[in-house]
Amino acid sequence: MPPVIEPAERHTLSMLVDNEPGVLARIVGLFSGRGYNIDSLTVSEVSHASHLSRITVVTTGAPPIIEQIKSQLDRLVPVHRVVDLTVAGKSVERELALIKVRGKGELRQEALLIADSFRARTVDTTLESFVFEITGKPEKIDQFVSLLEPLGLVEVSRTGVAAIGRGAEGM
Amino acid sequence: MMREMTGAEMVMQALIDQGVEHMFGYPGGAVLPIYDAMFHQNQVKHILVRHEQGAVHMAEGYARSSGKVGVVLVTSGPGATNAVTGLTDALLDSIPLVCITGQVPTHLIGSDAFQECDTVGITRPCTKHNYLVRDINDLARVMHEAFYVAQNGRPGPVVVDIPKDVQFAKGMYVGPENIQHRTYQPRLKGDPEKIKTAVEMLAKAKRPILYTGGGVINSGPEASRVLREFARLSGYPVTSTLMGLGAFPASDKQWLGMLGMHGTYEANMAMHDCDVMVCIGARFDDRITGRLDAFSPDSKKIHIDIDPSSINKNVKVDLPIIGDVKHVLEDILTVWRGMKAEPDRRALAGWWGQIDKWRARKSLAFQPSSSIIKPQQAIKALYDQVKDKDVYITTEVGQHQMWAAQHFHFEEPNRWMTSGGLGTMGYGLPAAIGVQVAHPESLVIDIAGEASIQMCLQEMSTALQFDLPVKIFVLNNEYMGMVRQWQDLLHGGRYSHSYSESLPDFVKLAEAYGGVGIRCANPADLDGAIHEMINVNRPVLFDCLVDKTENVLPMIPSGKPHNEMIMPDHPEALDEAIDEEGKMLV
Repeated sequence: MPPVIEPAERHTLSMLVDNEPGVLARIVGLFSGRGYNIDSLTVSEVSHASHLSRITVVTTGAPPIIEQIKSQLDRLVPVHRVVDLTVAGKSVERELALIKVRGKGELRQEALLIADSFRARTVDTTLESFVFEITGKPEKIDQFVSLLEPLGLVEVSRTGVAAIGRGAEGM
Repeated sequence: MMREMTGAEMVMQALIDQGVEHMFGYPGGAVLPIYDAMFHQNQVKHILVRHEQGAVHMAEGYARSSGKVGVVLVTSGPGATNAVTGLTDALLDSIPLVCITGQVPTHLIGSDAFQECDTVGITRPCTKHNYLVRDINDLARVMHEAFYVAQNGRPGPVVVDIPKDVQFAKGMYVGPENIQHRTYQPRLKGDPEKIKTAVEMLAKAKRPILYTGGGVINSGPEASRVLREFARLSGYPVTSTLMGLGAFPASDKQWLGMLGMHGTYEANMAMHDCDVMVCIGARFDDRITGRLDAFSPDSKKIHIDIDPSSINKNVKVDLPIIGDVKHVLEDILTVWRGMKAEPDRRALAGWWGQIDKWRARKSLAFQPSSSIIKPQQAIKALYDQVKDKDVYITTEVGQHQMWAAQHFHFEEPNRWMTSGGLGTMGYGLPAAIGVQVAHPESLVIDIAGEASIQMCLQEMSTALQFDLPVKIFVLNNEYMGMVRQWQDLLHGGRYSHSYSESLPDFVKLAEAYGGVGIRCANPADLDGAIHEMINVNRPVLFDCLVDKTENVLPMIPSGKPHNEMIMPDHPEALDEAIDEEGKMLV
């Protein structure tokens, strides 16, 4: 009987952790040490008074691996809670990106039009470049970036995914 | 209790308040203030080791044999890095330790100062948790938290890294009674619904087995007692991992012996053919399961573990119960009695009939010899002479370890200290010293191999200094025997660097340390020599020259399932046992 290989799924995990030195290294080290994937990672303090940070990780793996990742994270001492937003119900995911494009003439026009249709904001302008700011789901940003590729794309800076459950309940 | 004191004094006060009686350590520049604070008290006794790895293994032996937290104190840089092997060992075998490391002063951190290393960075993946204490006001709390984290939930090692300036700084000490951990509150009681389901599954079982592990030992002696009570009540067979030996008495007729790669035929066959398996404080390690996709194919599996990450890690189970073994087993007993559950006696009688047939294969049999000491014979002879004594056994890692597990039999928990998860050669002697510190009147024996023993042999000196009369029983076959066995299995008997060249004269070496050396090469002299060893009240290094060619059998070859064991009556099957896929495994 060959082992059943289940297809990999993409999950967004949100966790509340003590905002203490090394906590991010602990989490990233767990992923690399155990061979799990990190597709996206965001970290920021969310409550100064109670020293809490929120970490959002987007990861891919077969369902048993996702379960392992969650329970491995959950047993870390500074981790308060781990929520799998992908299974916990509906959630909102957003990412912000800053994208620099360089070009003249028609290319420049075209870039502006595309930015406009994606509701990206122009946050820096020179005679031969733009920096666009765009917020949305990662797929939307992917698409935006790929459209700008032939129009003089210089560089991309993305924040990674921030996510939160829909509805009245907190995590 | 609130009182102003220096950081170094706080460390000692916290140890005293945590009930620490012994610690194992080695001084150096970055821990001198703590050693000075130690000098001013006599409640905590310090055992000076010869190498920091030894300190950690001693603390492990101390912890595992006593149920207390083992405490280690080492300096910065090399002191901390030398402790890493022991910390990893303790993590994999779930041993509660607190390891205090000195650090360069905070203003020098990151400057590549003398004896600086990133201790918390290095030890992050090999500890349950670690702390760098930058502020004197955190120190007392962190010390108490470290003890809490080390021993609650699944036990493990905790490192507290303390810069030298923090050791000198003054602050208010807080006692342990005022400390409560914010987040870390492991669950002890199992889910009542699941316990009820477990009892129903158990009562309906036709071919049940209880597969126990180190978690039963870690849960405390009471867990072993409840396990025995449930086994007696149900009449179900019991097997155990290497780490769980002693939780169930080996003399009991329901005992099947150890399972796994070098476990007994009856234990492995029963695991393979059972219909309900209860894994109690074990983790489906690869030494246990053999080929995963053929592991116990027809059974419903119940898994009791305090660590949720152990559930479904290697083997998918049908009913996970998160909780402490003692609590869960107690609740299972209560529900079993409350439901007036009865085992299926007819089915059970048939199951035992089958098990007895497997037993009759005598998988631990070996050919005794009158001209050369067989290693198994040496363990048996040792066991026969010490079994009625108050004895603790430690081991190194390799063939001798497996023979000890097979042929030395344990009746009680906490009597068997071995490096199971990490497989650390060099563990046994320092662990034995730690055991002897915890149990000064008991007989403590390190069953060793001539290769392993040389990895931490310098701790002989520690044993002498502190009058710790440990016995080192070396099965000397002039090979790294397990390496040689695998070279036989996988590499055509090409013994690449597995021969123990230039061995020291162990008898003279023992004497050079001030201990007693005994050598025995003749089976006829073995009993007398062992008698001499156990009746000397000093450290003994016993050089037992054994058959150089013996292999550990029975064996589940890597990549094979439980029902394809190589048996001692057909050892030639070893040559063909492992296929290309199995070769990749360890």
